[in-house]
Amino acid sequence: MMKNAIRNTVGAVLLGAFALSGAACKKAAPPSGSAGDGQGVAQTASGDVIRIGEVGSMTGSEATFGTSTHKGIELAVKQVNAAGGVRGKKIELISLDDQGKPDEAATAATKLITQNGVSAILGEVASSRSMAMAPIAQNHKVIMVSPSSTNPKVTELGDYVFRVCFIDPFQGTVMAKYALDNLKIKKVAILRDVKNDYSVGLANFFAETFKKGGGEIVIDQSYSAGDIDFKSQLTAIRAKAPEGIFVPGYYTEVGLIARQARELGVKVPLMGGDGWDSPKLKEIGGEAMNNSYFSNHYSSEDKSPVVQEFITQFKAAYNEVPDGLSAAGYDAAKILFDAMGRAKSLASNDIREALAATKDYPGVTGKIMIDEKRNAVKSAVVLKVENGEFRYQTTVNP
Amino acid sequence: MIEFAQHLINGFSLGSIYALIALGYTMVFGILQLINFAHGDVYMLGAFAGMYASRWLKLDQEPSLSALLAAIGIAMLVCAIAGFLIERLAYRPLRRAPRINVLITAVGVSLFLEFSGQLVFGSDPKFFPQIFRVSGEWSLGELKVNPIQVIVFVIALSLMAILQYIIFRTRLGRAMRAVSFSHELASLMGIPTDRVISYTFMLGSALAGAAGVLVGLTYPKIEPLMGVLPGLKAFVAAVFGGIGNVAGAVVGAMTLGLAEEFLVGYWAPTYRDALAFSILILILLFRPTGIFGKGRSEKV
Repeated sequence: MMKNAIRNTVGAVLLGAFALSGAACKKAAPPSGSAGDGQGVAQTASGDVIRIGEVGSMTGSEATFGTSTHKGIELAVKQVNAAGGVRGKKIELISLDDQGKPDEAATAATKLITQNGVSAILGEVASSRSMAMAPIAQNHKVIMVSPSSTNPKVTELGDYVFRVCFIDPFQGTVMAKYALDNLKIKKVAILRDVKNDYSVGLANFFAETFKKGGGEIVIDQSYSAGDIDFKSQLTAIRAKAPEGIFVPGYYTEVGLIARQARELGVKVPLMGGDGWDSPKLKEIGGEAMNNSYFSNHYSSEDKSPVVQEFITQFKAAYNEVPDGLSAAGYDAAKILFDAMGRAKSLASNDIREALAATKDYPGVTGKIMIDEKRNAVKSAVVLKVENGEFRYQTTVNP
Repeated sequence: MIEFAQHLINGFSLGSIYALIALGYTMVFGILQLINFAHGDVYMLGAFAGMYASRWLKLDQEPSLSALLAAIGIAMLVCAIAGFLIERLAYRPLRRAPRINVLITAVGVSLFLEFSGQLVFGSDPKFFPQIFRVSGEWSLGELKVNPIQVIVFVIALSLMAILQYIIFRTRLGRAMRAVSFSHELASLMGIPTDRVISYTFMLGSALAGAAGVLVGLTYPKIEPLMGVLPGLKAFVAAVFGGIGNVAGAVVGAMTLGLAEEFLVGYWAPTYRDALAFSILILILLFRPTGIFGKGRSEKV
């Protein structure tokens, strides 16, 4: 009896220790340098720093979205601070992880506004998470700038919500036109992620333009984020013999879809949007990704001095070539700082007016103008996946 | 016709994975009347064990059948140890407690594994190294069979055959069947029930570990929460076949794999996950003992 009791206690202590070490790790988790002390609601504009919040998926199934964007933003903050800050004030970046979950993104936005007292929020990449954050930013009248959420609904949620990327009606058009004019294909199958606002929206806009241009959608299939088996959808698609498949999902699933498509003998090109942009796409998809095309914010093969300068600086800081999301994150931060510099004061309302007046800003992802719906008007590029490289194909202007 | 045959092949390969997981559920239930919800997470551990083993032993540099078997062996060993520890630390202390306590503990263990997995492995998806590669494909005209699918199927069937042999042809198997019939009677006959229960957990967990590696090979994206849904679906498969019944689990899993495949291929892809749970509800309503289960009359 005694022996049993001892054993049980040892077991419980072991379990407890595990749980504690877990809790300790979790605390250390937020990847950014500055964790924010959260001491009361700081009057942001009054101190000698300007606090900027960032919400991103640093972990979770789309982790490279968050980490890439974070590197871009961090670089922009370092550069601005090295040049003396904005209006003589240093920028303090507070980054929170939402684990790729919309409800966590909403919680993070609330915390940044009410506890850290940030002047503006940068984020999110995924449209569904930006749409969870936007109403909160709007209610508190805090500026929110999304670097790369492309679903049109995001900025419709309030006049404090901006983005520095193109929207899906344009992105869908780009790929549809590219398929019709450059790839010369008329019969396309669609495989969309029904759990994802971005994917559903982009698929619809693609289909609309593609049909208008004389193309035909031979089959429209769907899956749910998190699935690993797509063979049944692909078998159904194969039976319709399309000349291309449009897969506007995120890289985690797209890699597996490509693999399984090739295994089933489907050799036609796959096409997608900026959700493909991740080094993991090449890892998971491997050779199966060859002969695929996607639209993106920028290409690292762009020879323009702005882009090359950014790539040099980024490589110096992180020792890797930036992807499109890093570039978009960098632009979002830079445009926000630019607007803060031009604004009459650092009150939200004034920053908002300055942001809305952004015109011909020479960003890494192209010349950016903010339109009356708070969306960026700018060009998109089409990239081809070739043996693990994203090769520049063409630029499409709005 | 070709489309139908292709769906059939895909369905069997999916079903064989469910079957490996379902066997562990059904064995543990048979012997303890406990639904071990942590079982799907043991399967996840197996996938990660296989991934780390392949990386450390550099198995992906020379992809071969022996590399695959080595990874499976290591994953099975790791999972057997995990299964032993789970039973020893979490379930054995509750052997005499009401069944609901054990069930809640099982949910707790499951969450513990899922979230420790996210801390230890990181929550972003990992790429499972390609430790076995076959050049080309086997095809009959349009019909494509990925050799990996066939290998997965063959390995799964062999493991099931070995399990069948252990249960019906060895002393351990006889002891397991005796314990599942009655703990008290078995221990009166001199069977060390606790040890037999440990072996059962280890055996079931090892099968889940093998399933983890086989899934990693076919769908090379693994993450700490990958066990949740397959775990639940394998549970449905076990209930469908008659929980506690080994052959039933295999048939149930194959049926579920095929049903999912045809549902997605011909009708409504988004109802994939709903299908498994609709089956669960229907089975519980109309035939709670499953298709192969024997109705047990309560003795007073």
